[in-house]
Amino acid sequence: MGRDAGRLSLILLMTPFLLWIGLLIILPQLGIGYVSLREKISYDEFSFGLKNYVDFVSEPVYRNTLFRTAWMSILVTILALIVGFPVAYYIAKIARQKSRAALFLLCLIPLWVSDLVRAYGWIVLLRETGVISSTLVDLGIINQPVEMLYNDATVVMGLVYTVVLFMIVPLTSTLQGMDDALLEAGYNLGGSRFTVFRRIIVPYAMPGIVSGCIITFMLTAGSYLTPVLLGGKNSSWFTEQIYNQFITRYNWEAGATFGVTLLVFTSFVVWLGLKLTGQSLATTVAKD
Amino acid sequence: MYDLSCDRVTKAFGKFVAVDQVSLDIPSGSFFSILGPSGCGKTTLMRMIAGFETPSAGDIRIKGESVLALPPNRRNVKMVFQHLALFPMMNVGENIAYGLQCRGEKKAEIPAKVRRVLERVGLPGVEEKQIGQLSGGQKQRIAIARCMVLEPDVLLLDEPLGALDLKLREHMKIELKQLQHQFETTFLYITHDQSEALVMSDRVAVMNAGRFEQIGTPRELYDDPVSGFVAGFVGDANILAGKVADIRGDEVLVELEGGGGRIAARRSDGSAVGSAVEVFVRPEAMRIGAATTEASLAGTVDSLLFNGANSRILVKARGGQLIEVADPGQSGSLAPGAAVTLTFETRRARAFARRAG
Repeated sequence: MGRDAGRLSLILLMTPFLLWIGLLIILPQLGIGYVSLREKISYDEFSFGLKNYVDFVSEPVYRNTLFRTAWMSILVTILALIVGFPVAYYIAKIARQKSRAALFLLCLIPLWVSDLVRAYGWIVLLRETGVISSTLVDLGIINQPVEMLYNDATVVMGLVYTVVLFMIVPLTSTLQGMDDALLEAGYNLGGSRFTVFRRIIVPYAMPGIVSGCIITFMLTAGSYLTPVLLGGKNSSWFTEQIYNQFITRYNWEAGATFGVTLLVFTSFVVWLGLKLTGQSLATTVAKD
Repeated sequence: MYDLSCDRVTKAFGKFVAVDQVSLDIPSGSFFSILGPSGCGKTTLMRMIAGFETPSAGDIRIKGESVLALPPNRRNVKMVFQHLALFPMMNVGENIAYGLQCRGEKKAEIPAKVRRVLERVGLPGVEEKQIGQLSGGQKQRIAIARCMVLEPDVLLLDEPLGALDLKLREHMKIELKQLQHQFETTFLYITHDQSEALVMSDRVAVMNAGRFEQIGTPRELYDDPVSGFVAGFVGDANILAGKVADIRGDEVLVELEGGGGRIAARRSDGSAVGSAVEVFVRPEAMRIGAATTEASLAGTVDSLLFNGANSRILVKARGGQLIEVADPGQSGSLAPGAAVTLTFETRRARAFARRAG
C-alpha cells in the first residue's frame, strides 16, 4: 500500500516534467535533427545524407557567423562575470541581512519587462535622434547627432545587460554559503586583500562562477531579439541566420542544420571551458 | 615582558558597551583563558586583539608594541576559529602552506616546514588529505598547526572545542595543554566552559557583562572567588539565599530564607547587617554527620545521584533548598527520606551580596 502510494506520487510528480521535457525539448530536437539530415531532390522528394552539413562547412559566411557569435558570447560572458561578481559579493557578504532580499529583488525587476521592451528602451536611448545623442548636442559636447546603435559594442552592452542577472543569481547563492570566518582566517594568516580574493573567495565561488558562465553563455549564443534590434543588419548573429533560413528563404533543411550546429557547437565550447578550468558539471552545477 | 597587554580596552556598539575597560597582561609562554557566559564580550575582545574590530578606547600591545594601527594581516597573532575555518578548497598541506606563502617564504623551504609542524602536532604525512577526510580532532590539530607554523607571538583560540563531542573534548583539553607546552607559545583561550578553563590554564580571567570580575590561577578562582558571580560560575556551588543577621569579625551569621535556620559563613564583601546575601558552599565542602554549632543544616535525603566519582547526594534542607553533597563514600548507608545533618567548615562557605535578578 505504502509502496504503491509512493509510486503513484512519483508518477504524478514526474508526469508534467516528462511531458514538458519530452514534448517541448526532446521531440522538437529530434524533429530538427531529422529535417537537417533530409536532402531535397525535387518537390516533395527527399533522400537522407549529410549534404546540408557539408554545405554549411563549405560556406565561409555561415562558418564565420558561428565563430563570431561564439566569440562575442564569450566576451559577453566574461563582461557579465566582471560586472556581476561585485554585485553578487555585495549582496551576499557586505549588505545587511535586512536589505539583502530587497537588493536581490531589485536585480529581478528587469525580468518583469519583456526582452523586446527592454531592447526598445536601449533604442530610445541610443539612436541618432535618441535621448543621449540629443542631450550631448544640447550640452554642446558634440556638434552633430551620433548614431550609437548598430555596432558591436552596443550589441555586447545590450547582451551583458540582458544576461548579467543570470550570472548574479548563482554567484550570490554560492557566496552566501561562505562562512565569514574563512575570510577572516585568510587575513589572520597574513593574506592581503588580493590574496584572500584569489586564493579563498574565487576558489570558493568557482561552482557559482562556472554555472553562471554556462547559463550566460548559452543564453547569449541563443539570443535573437537583442542582437537583431541593437545590431541591425550588421550584427550577423547566428540565430538570425537560422531565422532567415526558416522564414525568409523557407529552407527548413538548412535552418535545421544550423540549429543543430549551434547546439553542438555551444555545448562543445562549454565542455572546452570546463576542461580548461579543470571543473566538471558534477562539482559545479550539480553540487549540493 | 608581556607577550600581550590590553590597557583599558573598551568597545561600544552604539549605546551597548560590549567590552568595558578591560586590562590584562599575559606573560610569555603562558596559557591564559578568558572564561565567561555567552554574550559577556569575550569574543569581541578576542576579535579586537586579532584586528577584526577596532577598540573604541584603550590600547592593545603585542610584545610591548601597540598594534592598533596594524591591519589583521600584519599582526603576529594567529587565531583558531570557533569552527576552525579550514579552507575547504585546499588540502591539508596547502592550508598550512597558505600563511607561509602569504609571508613570501622561499618556495623550496615551505614543504619542509609544513612537514615539521605536522610532525609536531602528531599527524605526519597527511599533507595530501582533503579537509573533509579528517576527523574532528585531526581538524583541530591542523587548525593549530596552520597557525603555529607561522610562529606567532600569541595564539588566540575561540572556543575551538565547542563543536566536538564530549569524549573528544575531554581528550583535546589535555592535548591542547601539551601542545602549548611543546610550542612554548602564549595561548589566549576563550571559553564558556569552566572545566576547560580550569584544566588547561595557568591563569584565568572571569568575564561578565564586558568586565573582568577576577583574574587568577584556577585554584584562586575556585577557592578564593572575589564575587558571587565568580563563585557561582567557576565550579559547582550550592547557593543559599538569606539575610545577614549578625557580623562577627570576618564571619557573618546568615538567616536563611524559608526558615532554614542560621548558618555562619565567611564575610567576603561589605554586606551589612540586614542586607540580602547568598552563601556559596561547594558540594565537596559538605559533610554528613554530627551538628557543629553554626555551620550546619538539617534536612532529609531527597535522592542519590550516582555518577561514579562525581556521585552526589541531594538533600532537601528544612528551608526547602535542594543541596548537593559530594560524598560518594557515604551514599551507601543512606536511603531517600533519611534525616541527616550537613556540616561544613565556616571558612569554606562564602557570603556575597545578592546579585540582581
